[in-house]
Amino acid sequence: MKKRKELILQIKNIHKSFGENEVLKGISFDVFKGETKVIIGPSGMGKSTLLRCINQLTIPEQGSIWLRDQEVTHHNVREMNRFRQKIGMVFQDFNLFDHLNAIRNVEIALIKVKGMKKDEARDKGMQELKKVGLGKQALLYPAELSGGQKQRVSIARALAMDPEVMLFDEPTSALDPELIGEVLGVMQKLAKEGMTMVVVTHEMGFARSVADEIIFLEKGRLLESGPPGKLFYQPKYQRTKKFLFKLTELYGDIDGEKT
Amino acid sequence: MENFIVIYQALPFLLQGIITTLGLVLSALFLGFIIAVPFSVGQVYGSFWIKKLIGIYVWFFRGLPILVLLFLFYYGLFNMIGLNLSAFMAAVLVLGLRSSAYQAQIFRGSIQSLGQGQMLAAQSLGMSKWKAIWNIIVPQALRISIPGWSNEYPAMLTESAVTYAIGVMEVLTRGNFIASRTYRPMPIYLTCAIIFLILSYSGMKILHVLETKVRIPGFEE
Repeated sequence: MKKRKELILQIKNIHKSFGENEVLKGISFDVFKGETKVIIGPSGMGKSTLLRCINQLTIPEQGSIWLRDQEVTHHNVREMNRFRQKIGMVFQDFNLFDHLNAIRNVEIALIKVKGMKKDEARDKGMQELKKVGLGKQALLYPAELSGGQKQRVSIARALAMDPEVMLFDEPTSALDPELIGEVLGVMQKLAKEGMTMVVVTHEMGFARSVADEIIFLEKGRLLESGPPGKLFYQPKYQRTKKFLFKLTELYGDIDGEKT
Repeated sequence: MENFIVIYQALPFLLQGIITTLGLVLSALFLGFIIAVPFSVGQVYGSFWIKKLIGIYVWFFRGLPILVLLFLFYYGLFNMIGLNLSAFMAAVLVLGLRSSAYQAQIFRGSIQSLGQGQMLAAQSLGMSKWKAIWNIIVPQALRISIPGWSNEYPAMLTESAVTYAIGVMEVLTRGNFIASRTYRPMPIYLTCAIIFLILSYSGMKILHVLETKVRIPGFEE
């Protein structure tokens, strides 16, 4: 698939510390339209923090984020809320609104944030739920859904806002192994349809088959990045090789099967 | 036999007290609720000084005996600022403010038990903090609060009898009045006690129905 190189997201020199601990030490990369970036790296090395800096749930100390030609960082709260609508986010532990059923989860932001009419929001919400294969579960509450279904509702909830880019923060890490496939399937479909995505994951099968570029974060720095083929077979650093080997051993090989 | 006649004669007078007692309890609970919701939100999401101020408020109203509060407000403060309130209104205010301190703590606990994820998810969709609090946090926190909140009703009901001290014409005040006239404390106070027990029981029943009505499907009891 040939890509038009349309710049969607720019991450420029992001720094973030928690107390003494500097978890991000100047991260920069670009995301183009339709591209899937996969971020990997050891736990506790700032991958989730980086995603949260992108939609300003965490405010970085230094650096800037750009959505197309507009700066996301350094704005007042109102502007920030406007940008967040355009940046969808999927969380590791779903964070569905437990008091609302699936369809209400998807439509609430359409009504309360976008000011859509109720029936209009319901149509749009149903459309998104069907897209993730949950049309029939629309009236069930989060506590009545499986983990995989919950995560798919949360993807539908983010998609309903028509975001320019989707951020996934370890979307399958809280799932039982047999439920991971359905979520990855939805993400794969999204990528194919041309959604721009930034994904933090340990699923190497997914990274190998879907990612346009893999970014390896270590100790708060971007150690190495490149297309999967290059990172898997000719990594620049020994460290990258070792980490990928470990992940593959733990989470299955490059075709997504356990070795 | 004479006891029954005393009760029979006193009953209409005592039963009128139910209106006052229930009116007092429900108004005070309502007033407490109206104050407690924003205060509990303020205690979790407010700035440093808002948290501090609410903390002092809660400490004050929970730290003083109810009688001290009643006297302090009814004979002291309201007089001083020239606020001419009936004993009933004063009692509603004092019991309501006191209840708000307790209710705020119940709601605060529920809000904190929700976890940060709900707020993050709401914000990630572009909701402002206040929209998220109103649409996502508060509805869930109130549901979680119902079992704990159910204690507020019998607590308030039993506490309401203290307003006898400033002459609110509730059940006990009326009972006291008759007992001192007929010199038959036992049947009269027993009747008062039964009235309180019936009020307490039926109130709890209603709260339980409410709890099952708003329960979120799929959650265990």
